[in-house]
Amino acid sequence: MTSRNLAYLSNYSIYSAMLLFTIAFFAHAIEVSFSVKNSTDSEKTSFDFSRTERSGRIGTAMMILGFLFLLGGVVLRGASAHRVPWGNMYEFSITGALAFSGAYLFALAKYKLRWLGLPVSIAVLLTLGTAITVLYRPSAPLVPALKSTWLAIHVSAAIVSGGVFLLANTIAATYLILDRMEERGGRSEWAKRLPSLETLDQLSYRLVAFVFPLWTFAVIAGAIWAESAWGRYWGWDPKETWAFITWVAYAAYLHARVTAGWRGRKAAWLCLFAGSTFLFNYVYVNIWGTGRHTYSGL
Amino acid sequence: MNSFQWMWRQLTSMRTALILLMMLGLASIPGSLFPQRNQNPMKVRDFISHNPTLSHWLEKIQIFDVYSSPWFSAIYILLFISLIGCVLPRSLEHVRAIGKKPPLTPKYLDRMEGFSELDRPVDGTLDQAQAWFKKNHFRIRREENSISAEKGYSRETGNLLFHLSLILILVAVAAGGLFGSKGETILNVGDRFINTPTSYDNISFAKFQREGDMVPFSLRVLDFKASYDVKTNAPTDYTLKVAASNPIGSKEVLKTIKVNSPLTYGSTKVYLQANGYSPVVAVRDKADKLIFEGAVTFLPQDGNLTSIGAIKLPDMVPQIGMVASFLPTADRSPTRGAFSSFPEVLDPRLLVSVWMGNLGLDNGTPQSVYRVDTSKMQRIGLKALKLGEIYNFGEGTLTFEGYRSWVNLQIVDDPGKIYALVGAILAILGLLTSLFTRQRRIWIKSDGRVQIAGLAKNGVPGLDEELASLKIALMGIEE
Repeated sequence: MTSRNLAYLSNYSIYSAMLLFTIAFFAHAIEVSFSVKNSTDSEKTSFDFSRTERSGRIGTAMMILGFLFLLGGVVLRGASAHRVPWGNMYEFSITGALAFSGAYLFALAKYKLRWLGLPVSIAVLLTLGTAITVLYRPSAPLVPALKSTWLAIHVSAAIVSGGVFLLANTIAATYLILDRMEERGGRSEWAKRLPSLETLDQLSYRLVAFVFPLWTFAVIAGAIWAESAWGRYWGWDPKETWAFITWVAYAAYLHARVTAGWRGRKAAWLCLFAGSTFLFNYVYVNIWGTGRHTYSGL
Repeated sequence: MNSFQWMWRQLTSMRTALILLMMLGLASIPGSLFPQRNQNPMKVRDFISHNPTLSHWLEKIQIFDVYSSPWFSAIYILLFISLIGCVLPRSLEHVRAIGKKPPLTPKYLDRMEGFSELDRPVDGTLDQAQAWFKKNHFRIRREENSISAEKGYSRETGNLLFHLSLILILVAVAAGGLFGSKGETILNVGDRFINTPTSYDNISFAKFQREGDMVPFSLRVLDFKASYDVKTNAPTDYTLKVAASNPIGSKEVLKTIKVNSPLTYGSTKVYLQANGYSPVVAVRDKADKLIFEGAVTFLPQDGNLTSIGAIKLPDMVPQIGMVASFLPTADRSPTRGAFSSFPEVLDPRLLVSVWMGNLGLDNGTPQSVYRVDTSKMQRIGLKALKLGEIYNFGEGTLTFEGYRSWVNLQIVDDPGKIYALVGAILAILGLLTSLFTRQRRIWIKSDGRVQIAGLAKNGVPGLDEELASLKIALMGIEE
């Protein structure tokens, strides 16, 4: 098959994945909104999850299918250009969405996380939508600076870390919303299905603790690569600077939890702050920033 | 406690170390938002000329040299001292504790996590428990009627290894700043380069670097090949072939330098950084005497290598200056005029505007070799030359004889980087060990009744399962 056909096929896979994630989104929305049962006793609202169980399952099934199509899209994109599919920002974004939905499905297999399906499907749809409309670039070979085995190592580590960081952020944000609700006299109907605050708190911490070494590795792999491509391992390039800031922020978060015993609200805010430095790096530095990491193709 | 001790204790507390780390993160932000001199001096100049008043104040806080500014260094050095003061005593303590037994069993176990009383005879309990602890690699302290067991000691080992490695990285970064050198040179294909300070276009030495310590190698540029994607015009490969000899005069060896694979001599590396074209021209005067012949380096202006440069002829009377552009693949458009439409040389043109008068070279101010100061000159001709064409501009002739590729080599000596790499690898190992080791204590008492309890440091999960497993071992049945 020619490169061009592969590139088209990749695009169709991405569009199909978007359709599947849209169905997943509606399925999860239905699951959340219809599980409330109107009871005759107006004081108490009860839930009937059996009514929406099927909808939730459809949501998860669509998520898995969407993930597979997305995986196909990313792999075909790489095949069309005969390289790893991390050459410009469109490719970073579809791979990031893949890592994010993958992190969710992985966590779903271990924890009762289906309630996250709604925010995850929204985030994936937004990312893919932006990627295919604003960031899209035709499939092309790599510029010489990117031709290195470190591309596969450094970028994959960074993307996976990013996916997990953002999942931890989603959970921390959920924590803060629920925390506020409980403070104001109890959770809303739809929120009663969600796990306890303590579970959320622990979960976001565990995700960060799990992926922090990988992020450290991504930064170090970047430094090793920079040494062989640019003649220095660390040059305070804007991307490097913000990677360092993200690292410092998460290091502070881990210390705050382990040493200073931060839990709950304060920890969730710190987690959100750290995650936002990562997003800032991805969006701002890639598109408007200067420096040597100008591979967005925009 | 005197005030020095007090200050030392404050500086080396973990809280201070963390605050300093956060401050280092915050302090690095402005450097990513404002242009930096060591990365892009041109951008800094542009910024200053567009915002003169603001820049005046920004200069006072070294906002264009953040990473070498005193305030940034101050945070860096304080963090370094604080880390040492924080980590070294803890490491010594840790080493001393290696042979030691776990702490004594607490008096009241019922206040501890996972406390339970077992309904079993006291006899033989401790022996049975000891066997279980041994099997699971706990460290044990056995008293008359209790056992205190601890596991996960390597958590602290990993933790300390991680922080000690960070210190090593900080030292390596500092060493890179104090020793070593970094320079650049532009070479045309065919040129020879000898690694001495005078061969460079610019070179900077670190504080403690002696100029005589440079690796004595020489290079001859044999060939440079750039290939481009015909659809996007983006480069796909750069390959530079050189004949290298080290030390100078020894047998030449053929070496290939690519963007991601520099030429390496110990801690000195030669990097391929940029490339462009040098048109080869000959200028003759009215009497047809050869005034100049050679390759003139031009600066690329865009991705298609539209390049600009200057040919200065101070020895002609009157002086002649040529403002020139080189187009590897010439094209024209009504809006842009002449431009290059592809970076490879397919249909080259040399565009010159010839100026006569005073080049202004002797008034002392340094001039760019890529530009002509035409303020005291008048234009006498304009021409687009094809390859091999001769242009008679009245005062003489210009021949466009050909072109050569040039490469910009960056030659860096950083003796600190190997230590930074070692530090980085150890840091990752330490981090993995400390984050994935669970540290916990389990106690068992048997004084009339059998009690067990435990403590999971930092609230890590898994203690309950472990206690349950111990109970099974002691009771012989599942609860």
